[in-house]
Amino acid sequence: MAILLSGEWYDLRDLANPIRELIDGLGLPDAADYVLWSLIAALAIVTWLVVSVIAFIWIERRLVALMQNRIGPNRVGPAGLLQPIADAIKLLLKEAITTRDADRLLFWLAPIIVFIPTIVVFAVVPFGESMVLADLNVGVLFVIAVAGIMTPAIFIAGWSSNNKYALLAAMRTIAMLISYEIVQVLALLSAVLFIGSMNLGAFVSWQDEYNTWLIFIMPLPVVAYIIAGAVEINRSPMDLSEAESELAAGYHTEYGGIKFGFFYQAEYMAGFAVAATVTTLFLGGWTLWGLEEWIPGWIIFLGKLYAVFFLYIWSRATLPRLRIDQLMAFAWKFMLPLMLVNVLVIGAEVVVWEETGASRNIALPAIGALNATLAVILVVGWARVLGHGSGRQRGYRATLTQEIGKIYYTGAEAS
Amino acid sequence: MTLKSEPFVVNVGPQHPSTHGVFRLRLTLDGEKIIDADMVMGYLHRSMEKLAEERTYTQNIPFTDRTDYLAAMTGNLAYVMAVEKLMNIEVPERAQFLRTIMAELQRIASHSMAIGIFANDCGAWQTPVMHMFRDREKILDLFEMACGARLTLNYMRIGGVSRDIPDEWMPQAHKLLKDLPNRFAEYEDLLLSNEIIIARSRGIGVLTPEQAIAYSVSGPMLRGSGVAWDIRKADPYAAYDKLDFDIAVGTNGDAYDRFVIRLAELRQSLRILEQALDMMPTGPVHERLGTSTVQPGTQPIAPLVFRPPVGEAYARIESPRGELGYYIVSDGGPSPFRFHIRSPSFINLTPLKQMAIGSTIADAIVILGSVDIVVGEVDR
Repeated sequence: MAILLSGEWYDLRDLANPIRELIDGLGLPDAADYVLWSLIAALAIVTWLVVSVIAFIWIERRLVALMQNRIGPNRVGPAGLLQPIADAIKLLLKEAITTRDADRLLFWLAPIIVFIPTIVVFAVVPFGESMVLADLNVGVLFVIAVAGIMTPAIFIAGWSSNNKYALLAAMRTIAMLISYEIVQVLALLSAVLFIGSMNLGAFVSWQDEYNTWLIFIMPLPVVAYIIAGAVEINRSPMDLSEAESELAAGYHTEYGGIKFGFFYQAEYMAGFAVAATVTTLFLGGWTLWGLEEWIPGWIIFLGKLYAVFFLYIWSRATLPRLRIDQLMAFAWKFMLPLMLVNVLVIGAEVVVWEETGASRNIALPAIGALNATLAVILVVGWARVLGHGSGRQRGYRATLTQEIGKIYYTGAEAS
Repeated sequence: MTLKSEPFVVNVGPQHPSTHGVFRLRLTLDGEKIIDADMVMGYLHRSMEKLAEERTYTQNIPFTDRTDYLAAMTGNLAYVMAVEKLMNIEVPERAQFLRTIMAELQRIASHSMAIGIFANDCGAWQTPVMHMFRDREKILDLFEMACGARLTLNYMRIGGVSRDIPDEWMPQAHKLLKDLPNRFAEYEDLLLSNEIIIARSRGIGVLTPEQAIAYSVSGPMLRGSGVAWDIRKADPYAAYDKLDFDIAVGTNGDAYDRFVIRLAELRQSLRILEQALDMMPTGPVHERLGTSTVQPGTQPIAPLVFRPPVGEAYARIESPRGELGYYIVSDGGPSPFRFHIRSPSFINLTPLKQMAIGSTIADAIVILGSVDIVVGEVDR
């Protein structure tokens, strides 16, 4: 208590000191001490996640409303701030319906399974200096592995609800997530190759030490990871497993009440998980070129995380949805070859840098410029090879005429 | 190893986000691919045609609002034109222009909705619709000023329109016409060359001109297949023969063409409106038809009961969805003996099966969006 009142506060983390004093006073054995601390840290992460989700439900609705010339929720509480809480209460009080022909066990299991990996990912994410629950040396692998649990969970949801829309969505989900997971892994692989570590903390300290962010050195994997992340968290234009206009509500068509609430929350949490990964690996994590001396690292980290998450809100309000075959073609024909080339290039760069032993002030800008140029050439060139022009060329206006009865059909595009 | 697989029937609708009302599509799927499609209509059947046989000619006007509820003005217009044809009534010049202006405003409002909803069916999350609502809102405000209603307008009368526009209508209309070109440019910018919309709608739901004519589709559907056909030009009514405008046609007959045509028609409607507002003559807006026993001394309105001579009449107009025709048979009584609506939505929907088979379930939604149906008009 003494510290709490002493005024020697740096930031939120100092809250741990009085707790430390309390626990030390209990005189527990080491193992119990360890478990207790882990629980407290996990509780902190879950609390932050839930608060963030509730805040972002409101923020997203207001932001999207802004983009759509609407007002958005503004009835419950000041400026509609209590709307998400009202929604949560509504979802909690609703009857948890299980359809008659559903596979009852799996139907109940799916929302829980989908919920867990989205929280567990944050165990390895450094929120600030030494603010990491589990400092795993294979953090990147852990992130990929845990995020992969989402796939069977969504499939279980689609399969067990015995609904045709849900089943179609589940089939789409499996196909999509498997394809994009490869892209995701390759994107992360190039980053891991460059840094030479799989520890997320090592990524942050590397970017801090070299005073640059990985996004400037390798822009292509970042974009690929963000796109693949959109698939993973069902965000437009890749929200095919929800596909509101086609499949009603996709895999959670039959879910209502709090079970739907779990999916809804999990979607946001997965979004935060992807944003956290992008932030840590490519955007310098909790560092901001020395500014972390003045601002607590976790504020910087959360600011970056929310900025990345904003991209997904933005794209959701802007872009229409792709068809499943187009999405798969994009993964296998476009992103996968680019990512393979990218891994090759980055690997070569690492070797060349090590062999020549160039100073970092020359090597890093050179590699960054090379990768940026290569990214543009690869993207544009490969698109041309696959036969895609730009939308500006492919879009056209209607022919205008005054002649009645004339037929202008050419059928050039007829499939 | 071969896996056993069998077709899979999915009912899209009657309750579904993308069926534009209560329309049901029974799709037989092989994976995502459609191998058979059945349309089930009639969920919104209100027996309009039979009901109309029990009501007087004037009482039937509100029914026409409620068939195509997104284009009530054109519904009104086609019906009153049919009755006027039956009774040989000449409509005053100013009323003709007012009818033209209202019909074109309605076309802009309806096409805006169609384009927005089409983008929604392509998967956009409400944004295009919400942006389109801005213009539609302004147009509905104009309607409200002219006749007091926004959706079911009941503005046209047999022999003219229900009342003249108020003085402040014209400045507001001119202001709207000044704003609209910028808005349209914005939509063309956003949607016309949108990579995803192109990817989703090019080469989807192709209808060749022969097929289109065989199915007797009309409106943007027919023009999308490349047939330059527009009732406003082919069989001019109201004041369209005095106005200069173009017909927009497509070349590929796919969903994208129908969407592009609607965008082009927004601009053509604007052209018509600009001319019509300048050319609008003064004078009465309603032909005096006998003496009204309801409100003597006020504005000349139509008498409640007409008794047209024995005979039949068919009047057709270019509604936003296509050729909207009203066929009326009179036996000399106060209500029609037979009342039939040739509704474009219904007929445009018939080739859906042909267009959908072979494409995927996601395409079927886009195709349905490109047809632009109003279920109130399909089922009547």
